[in-house]
Amino acid sequence: MKTVLLVLFSTILVNNVVLSQFLGLCPFLGVSKQVKTASGMGLAVIFVITISSALSSLIYNYLLVTLELTYLSTIVFILIIAALVQFIEMFLKKFSRPLYEALGVYLPLITTNCAVLGVALTNVQNEYGVLMSTLAGLGTATGFAVAIIILAAIREAMDLSKVPKAFRGMPITLITAGLMAMAFFGFSGMAF
Amino acid sequence: MKTVLERLYNGIIKENPTFVLLLGMCPTLAVTTSAINGVGMGLSAAAVLIMSNLIISALRKVIPGGVRMPAYIVIVATLVTILQMLLQAYVPSIYEALGLYIPLIVVNCIILGRAEAYAGKNKVLPSLFDGVGMGLGFTLALTIIGSVRELFGNGTLFGLKIMPDAYVPVSIIVLAPGAFFVLGLLVAARNKLMSPEKKKKAAAAACSMNCASCGLCGGAVESAETDPAKASPVKADPAATARAAKPENTEIKKEEGNDK
Repeated sequence: MKTVLLVLFSTILVNNVVLSQFLGLCPFLGVSKQVKTASGMGLAVIFVITISSALSSLIYNYLLVTLELTYLSTIVFILIIAALVQFIEMFLKKFSRPLYEALGVYLPLITTNCAVLGVALTNVQNEYGVLMSTLAGLGTATGFAVAIIILAAIREAMDLSKVPKAFRGMPITLITAGLMAMAFFGFSGMAF
Repeated sequence: MKTVLERLYNGIIKENPTFVLLLGMCPTLAVTTSAINGVGMGLSAAAVLIMSNLIISALRKVIPGGVRMPAYIVIVATLVTILQMLLQAYVPSIYEALGLYIPLIVVNCIILGRAEAYAGKNKVLPSLFDGVGMGLGFTLALTIIGSVRELFGNGTLFGLKIMPDAYVPVSIIVLAPGAFFVLGLLVAARNKLMSPEKKKKAAAAACSMNCASCGLCGGAVESAETDPAKASPVKADPAATARAAKPENTEIKKEEGNDK
């Protein structure tokens, strides 16, 4: 139980995927204009990363390692992710209409989210088993959702304030993300 | 020859993938803790980009439209795996420093973006130089960000001590938050220097004086006014290109100067 909590705490807050590992920055900066779209994206990412890290860890541990094909992991993982995203989209469309309507728009965008591939590769690097990989995937994705929703909330509030002209748009968003990263940096001093 | 120069200029200045298009942010922010890492990452991505543009452009009539994305991804992933093995064998120091971000070149939006937007539709040679231009633009941007972060965060540049001993390095700049700050400030500086009004104002100010001697606008106005054919090879392109090219060149230099 303690390990479970420790992994979740460290992936969500201490090693936040966006703010300290710089993965998944494109959707983080691109889809964070409104809290509503940001939370949709966050949920879709949680959904995909949890399933994809479980699946890629299964294939890595039971197929690639036994066949001694570990050098193919990058190619295999990206194909798993692309196929999985497509499959989830079709599955949701057929069996869960409301969920499809909530997440549908964001699913195709997720293939190019480097956090998905990043988590799969980090799990391999850390030599996690299947269960641990799934847990790490869930934590990492939750960290992404937390970060993108906070940034979207700040950006919504920032629409009302006067920003110097040169800083409008992306620069001020980057500075805001920097300040958030500083805040999250505080967690790195915490230990159990 | 003209397309080649145009492609190079487009990739390095006009549509610089980092500062203008804001693509491929993850490696841009993650590995630029020092100038040498920036160069390493930039060149690795550039090598993959050039090869993938070349292969995709050569195969553009063979790959069916419906499955082009998976096909592109497989090509890029193969190239990245080859690159990863080469780096591990010959440049282990860069391999260690870049770590996870080498396999992640696969999902770098610049590479798939160029494949989709250019290489899949154009001939081999222009695609090759599109890759070279974009790759160099990316490398240049990463080197600038890496240099700024290394200089202020560590007081060194490419490992050499630059700042005087009295300078206390601001360590936050080489840590995670600093990456966001430095990129935000650099993009803001670019917006400030390259916004349309500013450009007009600068040109007007420069040209109220004697054009031949001031050279502030890089001689662009002058060459556009006089016979363009007399000018140097770059200016021999259509006058519009020269007019656009020259002022931006000087402004880029100014920008770099300000940062240092």
